[in-house]
This record gives sequence, C-alpha cells and structure tokens, in this order.
Amino acid sequence: MVENRPFLNFLTHLVLILGVLMVVFPVYLAFIASTHGPTDFMSGIVPLLPGDRFSANYGYLLGTGESTAGAPPFLLMLANSLVMAIMIAVGKIAISIISAFAIVYFRFPLRVPAFWLIFMTLMLPVEVRILPTYKVVADLGMLNSYSGLVIPVIASATATFLFRQFFLTVPEEMMEAARVDGAGPLKFFRDILLPLSRTNIAALFIIMFIYGWNQYLWPMLITTEPHYYTVVMGIKRLASVLDGDNQWNLVMAGVILAGLPPVLVIIFMQRLFVKGLVETEK
Amino acid sequence: MASIDVENVGKVYSGGVRAVTDIKLNIADGEFIVLVGPSGCGKSTLLRMVAGLETISEGEVKIGSRVVNNVEPADRDIAMVFQNYALYPHMTVYNNLAYGLKNRGTPKAEIDARVAEAARMLEITQYLERKPRALSGGQRQRVAMGRAIVRKPAAFLFDEPLSNLDAKLRVSMRGEIKRLQRRLGTTSIYVTHDQLEAMTLADRLVVLNGGQIEQIGAPLEVYHAPASTFVASFIGSPAMNLVKGELHGDKLAIGPAMIGLNGFAPTSGAVTVGVRAEDLRIARDDEEALPFRLEYTEELGAQRLIHGTVGDQQITAAVSPEIALSPEMRIAVDAKRLHFFSIDTGKRLPGHVPAEAKFAPVEPVL
Repeated sequence: MVENRPFLNFLTHLVLILGVLMVVFPVYLAFIASTHGPTDFMSGIVPLLPGDRFSANYGYLLGTGESTAGAPPFLLMLANSLVMAIMIAVGKIAISIISAFAIVYFRFPLRVPAFWLIFMTLMLPVEVRILPTYKVVADLGMLNSYSGLVIPVIASATATFLFRQFFLTVPEEMMEAARVDGAGPLKFFRDILLPLSRTNIAALFIIMFIYGWNQYLWPMLITTEPHYYTVVMGIKRLASVLDGDNQWNLVMAGVILAGLPPVLVIIFMQRLFVKGLVETEK
Repeated sequence: MASIDVENVGKVYSGGVRAVTDIKLNIADGEFIVLVGPSGCGKSTLLRMVAGLETISEGEVKIGSRVVNNVEPADRDIAMVFQNYALYPHMTVYNNLAYGLKNRGTPKAEIDARVAEAARMLEITQYLERKPRALSGGQRQRVAMGRAIVRKPAAFLFDEPLSNLDAKLRVSMRGEIKRLQRRLGTTSIYVTHDQLEAMTLADRLVVLNGGQIEQIGAPLEVYHAPASTFVASFIGSPAMNLVKGELHGDKLAIGPAMIGLNGFAPTSGAVTVGVRAEDLRIARDDEEALPFRLEYTEELGAQRLIHGTVGDQQITAAVSPEIALSPEMRIAVDAKRLHFFSIDTGKRLPGHVPAEAKFAPVEPVL
C-alpha cells in the first residue's frame, strides 16, 4: 500500500477532498448564513459569500440575546457551558482516576464486584435513569444550579475502565521500587502514576469536555432559569420560535459559537496529547 | 551495613500454595549471598520477603538485630535492584536516583553529593539529565544500581538484575557488581537462575529447590561436593553426569562395566553416581574403564564435549580437542573424583570430599 502511482494519488486525493467538502460545506453554509440578514436565506437563492452582518449578528447574539425566543445573551450561555463542561471533564477524570487507583492497587473486600458494578453502568445511557435521577436532584434542591448540572453526570465508567487498563500496564516493580524508595500510596499516585497518565488524562479531557459541552437533554430538564441555560439549549430556544418566524441568521451564528470551543479544545489539547503519545515509553 | 538472619521462614500464599519452606540462613555483614535455583524454586519470593514486598507467613527475618517482619520496605534500610530496572520513566536519571532520598527528607546538598558520587562510581555522570528511555540497557542497569547505592543501605537486594542484558554486557556488569560490592562492603543478596552468575559472584551460594534449601556453601564447595543430585545437576556446565550404579565391595558396576574404587566406596548396593564431564578422560589401555559409545560432539574451542552412552546411560565427557575420536572408546575416571548419592533421597552419601572443595577462595587485593 505504499505504491506511488500518479493515478492512485489522484484518486485518494479526490476521495479525501470530496469527503472533506461533504463535512465542511454545511458548516461553511452555516457560517455564511450567520453573516447575512434575516431574510436573505428565504429569498430562494442561497448566497455563498459572506454578507455584511457579521459583527451585527454576533454582537447582538453575544451581548443582548434573542429575548423574544427566550434566549439570554450567548456570552452568559457560553460561560455556563464552559463551566459545566470543564467541571464535568475535570470531575470525571478526578473521580475515575482515583477509583481506578483504588481498584488496581488496593486489596479490599468486594473489590472485584465493585469494579464490575462500575463496569456494568457503562451499558446504561443517561436517558435510562433520567427520571429517577431528576427526582433525586430535585429532592436535593439542586435544580437550577451548577451542581445539579454537573454532579449527576460526573461519574464515568468509561474513564474508570480506561485508567484501570492503563494502570494494569504499569509494571508492578514500579510500585515496588517506589515502596522501597519510601513513597506511600498517595505519593506513588502523585509522583509516578499521575505523570505517567498525562496522555490518558489529556485524551480523556478532550472526550469528556466535548461530552459535557454537548449535554442537551439533562440541562433542558433541570434548568428553568435563563441564568443557567447552556449554549446548546440556547440554540434550541432560538430555533423553536412559536410563529415560525425563525431568525435563521441568528440560529446559525449560535451554532457557530457553540461549535467553536470544542474545536479550540481539540486543537490545543491535541498537541499535548500527540506529544505525550510519542514520548510515552514504559 | 548489617547482618541478615532468616530464621525458619516460610511463605504460604492466600490460596494455600506453599512457595517457601523453613529457610534458615545467616548472612554475615558484608557477605555476598547468591540465591540460585530453577524458576519457581522460591528464590525471588524469599528475596521479596526480605525486602518486605511479600508478607512473611512463618518465621522471622532480622536485619541487623531488628526483626523486620512488620516493617515497611522503606524502613528496612535495604535497596533493591529489579530485573526490569523499574526506573521511573518520566523522571531524569538524577531524579530517579534522588527520589528515595527526597522521600526521606535528605537535605538537598547531601542528595546532590550522594548522586554525584554514585554517578561517578557508575560512570553515568554525563547522563544525569537524560530520561531512562534515552539510555541503553546497560546504562539503565547502572542507573538502577545507582538508585540502590545512593541510599547507602544496610543491604542490597538484587532480583535477577542482569537477565535483560545481552551476554557480553552481562559478563562485564557481573564483574562490575562484584567490584562495587567489594568496594562498598554492603551485605548483598542476589537472586539468579544462572548458575554461572551464581558461581562467579557469590561468597556463598544458596541452592534452592521446591522452596527449600538444598545446599549452602562457597561456590567451589558446592561445585566439588554437591549435597544432592539436584545441586549436582544444577551447578556446573555441562551438568554433572548422573548414572545408576551398583557398589559391590570396593567395585562399582555401571551398566556392563566394573571399575575398582581404591577404598572410596561409601556404602554398598545401588547408588546414583555423579561424575563431572572434565573428570572423565580417555582410558589408557591397561586401566579399568567404561565402554563409551560416541553419539555426537560439541566443540567449545578449548574443550570438546563428547556425548554418548555407557551401557544405556547418557554420559558427557570433556576432552581435549586434540584427542582422536572413534565410535567406540574407553573412558576412565579417578575413583576419588566420583560422587555418590543415595538412590532414594538423592542426598550425597557421606564419604570422601574432594580437596578442592575445602580451598578458601583467594581474596583479591583491592
């Protein structure tokens, strides 16, 4: 498969370019739409070049928000989403790395059942337990709060499992060497396991940040105050105006705004992540 | 610096599997002890019990005069070198060496001095800022040794430290370990399955089999007067020939042949007879000899190993490469070079002990 034939080169590039176009074109169209006036997209001919309403649309959306549609300023919602996504990502990583550490390095009664219980929850999507969870959160008075947004989704079987698998690949002698070197369990965790898990943490952070950012159903259920709306909900609010008078240019601007942070996270974290992958050697 | 006393130590794993039984071993201050035996003989388990990485099910381990059964590894004043080195991959060589000292709250200046000294001793000074992955196998091995040295422990524990190195490096590192140990005078326990490594390094060898001690002794003592057929077959290369024989008064019958023993017979009846390959020679025409049918030869350069049968029993002899070979030969052995073992227990039968076994090893001038 390392042949260098002009025709094959052409073909592979053609396929790749087509693929990229298919993915990118809708995003491009959304961006174009967000720079035009509200009626330009209803006129039959879809413009393919940016319009002149870029700063007007984005400024309006970020600063004031579309109050008729019940959407608060996007800046607030972006901040809410950011807080929620970061808290979810950091919380998930912190909790799962500690539970994986416990499961792998400590011998306690019911260790294996505990692991399997965690593992089994992998198979349950949030939606399955959403009503009981809502009840619990409501009874605890956590509706309309960051803790209500974050805590119910903060445990992660996937991440626990990944960290467990990683810890199992760390040679046991490493732990024994640390013990002989006078490092207790917590010191071993902090000085050796954490630095070694750097790449896994970066990868999981990307995945979990996007997971948190894209939360839709759960924030919808538990937030009724606009003050706690997240950006993904905001788009939905913009798009479902009652009398069908959709401001598509604003909706598209919202979509672009909501899509930007995960892209940035990937771009910046990926470097760390790839660098770590290349450097890791046990 | 300290002596180590292993008193009636046994290990039973939680599943009820017994790994080590009733080990008694007194190690003098500064002594280099090698635990040797085949895989699964319990040698690593014993070492790890001394290190504190395995709990001690029975008996006591004393380092110095202190019973350490319930003391954490870090507080036992030992340092360990692992087979796969177990260096911390994300730390520089300097930090690998310093980590144990830092955890003990050693002052920075002292850490610097000790690391520098160990690095100079091991000739790894120019690698101190590198990470372990940028080092070769031999250099990693040195770093692992350095990590033990900087601690200035009462005892070094080596768990097959050379088995990941290539043959040539292994020989040079072996010499280096011996030299370092002599220089530092630190009590050492070294685990290996390689009998050559064991012979060359040890002040005293401990041969283990099935979780029990078969023999403790200086290398030459073990080599020339093995306490059992197990030790006889394990120590020395090629392994000692072990054949069935029968003692009739002062005569030994091996297969069809009968040879005189000149008064060296320890008992009578059936015995296992051991004879080193190098103690066998081509017989002169006028002496009693064993009829030897040649099967194949191995050239070692200085020696030639000839493998064949006497009667229906396998025998290997080491002869000079100049000697002409023929398919049927007669081989002889001096009666005092024969070892007799009980056919039931495999234990050495009391009797003559070769003079070489009593030679004290020559202490090198350092």
